Amino acid sequence: MSAAPQKAKAGAEKIDVLVSAVVPLNDLVTRFEFKRTDGKDFPPFSAGAHTVVEMQDEGRTRLNPYSLMSDPADTSTYAISVRRDDQGRGGSLFMHQNVSQGDPMVITYPVNLFALDLRARKHIFFAGGIGITPFMAMIAQLERSNGHWELHYAARSPELASYATELKAKHPSNVHVYYDSENQAIDLGHLLEGQPLGTHAYVCGPAGMIQWVHTTAAELGWPEDNVHSEEFLAPQPGKPFQVRLCRSDITIDVGENESLLEAMERCGVDAPFLCRGGACGQCETDVVEHSGTFDHRDHWLDEAEHASGEKIMPCVSRFLGETLVLDR
Amino acid sequence: MTIQFNEETFRDDYSFRNSDWAIKRFPFPFHEDSYMYSVNMEQHRGGPAGSVYEKRFDVDEHYVSEMRDRALVLDDDPLRCQSLPHMTLAGWDTLELIMVSKSEDYPDLFELHRDGDQWHWINRPMGIEQKFTFLDETTLPCGPLEYITRQAQGDFAVLDQRDEMLWMDAGMVTTQADWSLDFDIGMNFFEWHAPVPLAHEMGIFKRALKFLLNIQQGAPARRLNWTMTVNPLLDTSPENYHKWGIQKTQMTPETIGAKQHLRVELQTFYRLPRSNALLFPIRCYLIAFQDLTTIPKWGRRLHRVIRDLPEELATYKGFIDNRPMMLDYLSQFDDGQPTSPGIWPDLTSEPALKK
Ligand code: HEM
Ligand code: FES
Repeated sequence: MSAAPQKAKAGAEKIDVLVSAVVPLNDLVTRFEFKRTDGKDFPPFSAGAHTVVEMQDEGRTRLNPYSLMSDPADTSTYAISVRRDDQGRGGSLFMHQNVSQGDPMVITYPVNLFALDLRARKHIFFAGGIGITPFMAMIAQLERSNGHWELHYAARSPELASYATELKAKHPSNVHVYYDSENQAIDLGHLLEGQPLGTHAYVCGPAGMIQWVHTTAAELGWPEDNVHSEEFLAPQPGKPFQVRLCRSDITIDVGENESLLEAMERCGVDAPFLCRGGACGQCETDVVEHSGTFDHRDHWLDEAEHASGEKIMPCVSRFLGETLVLDR
Repeated sequence: MTIQFNEETFRDDYSFRNSDWAIKRFPFPFHEDSYMYSVNMEQHRGGPAGSVYEKRFDVDEHYVSEMRDRALVLDDDPLRCQSLPHMTLAGWDTLELIMVSKSEDYPDLFELHRDGDQWHWINRPMGIEQKFTFLDETTLPCGPLEYITRQAQGDFAVLDQRDEMLWMDAGMVTTQADWSLDFDIGMNFFEWHAPVPLAHEMGIFKRALKFLLNIQQGAPARRLNWTMTVNPLLDTSPENYHKWGIQKTQMTPETIGAKQHLRVELQTFYRLPRSNALLFPIRCYLIAFQDLTTIPKWGRRLHRVIRDLPEELATYKGFIDNRPMMLDYLSQFDDGQPTSPGIWPDLTSEPALKK
């Protein structure tokens, strides 16, 4: 059956925007606000969603996912907050150094891989550093629907704790902030133990923190499905390597500072993707042949699949060795 | 084009009829001379002008009568519409999607005026005018899902998405092909599909679920499904099987052309923005064999598909006993000539029946 055959495009639908505000929050974090170029309203979104921002960096297209942190009920503006990563491949540096108010940009429709479980009697949030952003939208959404929530937010120091002051002022009894610089730490075991039945926990922050929350919750007998996490993996730089794409019938080089997915796109291969952060599963690709070692960095494939050498997630994972042939 | 709404019934005297317009735009589901289950999904981004694929929610000549039939079913059995408590936001999403789409796609029939959360909805064909506060349930006569799906053709399943799975946690189901919302409520994608033969073994549901979980806002999808119904009944529910099941045994070679209907479901899939739930509208189109076979290509092809359909599918779809009578009837319309690929009637290019 095909009423009107159309070729599916990779990635989510796009929206043309103008940068309506650039607001530095502290040494590391800046908020970027967008309005639609056509003057219309944005689509509503569900808290926890992200958008992929397209950056035109000297002839090279960078696509980075950022959590939408604005109030989902406010369809006039979308906002993201970006932490500068001096060690990364440059997406966040580009945002900090090259993007100013009035610039045209392209972002995608919202995609949610970190949704609230709306059945929950209570939501308990654990944020580490820039991991605060999705919770900004979640709190706004739950405030509107009279949801029951509390936030535990760990940051390096009061200066670097983006939005802590504002959150604390608005919701003094729901918000708890912990500063490394003052040797404060989340008393996780105690907090998880004391929750009413039907509570869901959410964590967003560094990999270690996510692991810590999952492990502690499991030890305390929390059902796995009641603990939610999101970690966007920025693709990490690595040694260049060569790949043969057998369906496209080309061999391509993946440079040190680009991901395998980006290299495919640069060579005109229309490869599927959504999150570009190893979380959604959309870019999953079959390995036809290989001799060498994979550097799997995604959250999608399980350990057995990683070990099998039969699949790779090109948005974040890399390869080292002689030959790699992919079914793409 | 303005639509002339039919005055017709889907029960008792069965006065349901398709006009010539409705016959030519019928969503014929077979793109080739055979049929097997597949992951037959494509994007839902419009289609040829006048076709049922053109608009987001197709409105046709049966609209007003179908809505009347729905109201009768709900009077008898309010459990045909259910929504678990966490699905209210998805109900508002559904209401917003349908009101916005219909008012944009059919401005002469529907109007929506929005001033912040103060909404004003006008449905001309049904003579409804409603002012309400968006997201405030107390300002509507019933819940948002029930309110809007009493004004939209087709069934609606609303699926919550959690833990890499879809859950049937809300819906409005009065025009279904023998399944029950009250039975399926709270089930997951694999559980409610359990009765379907062969497709599980073929890996179809695993792949279909993966596809559905990844349907994104602004990028809806669609597929067709089909079955057979004796008499133009919208409500072929398990709850009422005692009323309609027996009608399958009351068909004769003389009445089959008028009584036997091909039932096609245009199924669409929308990611809902505020709740992140998935909306699954299932729009049912009925056509009598005697009308369908006026299109030479469709007559030839339907005969071949029904003749060669695997027994498991004919059994599951409930027409295995009537298949010989159907084939006797349909063979009159198959002269053995080849058919053109695709679902369209191709009236000008396909040869007339040579018999
Ligand atoms: C979330 C969306 C969906 C819902 C709510 C849904 C629901 C259902 C239900 C209730 C049935 C009847 C089962 C019974 O006998 O009780 C059914 C049948 C079936 N479904 Fe789905 N379905 C969905 C998506 C899909 C998709 C994407 C496929 C893709 C292949 C699919 C394939 C089928 C097939 C092949 C049957 C058997 C139909 C027949 O032979 O008449 N479904 N579905
Ligand atoms: S694009 Fe989402 S996992 Fe690779």
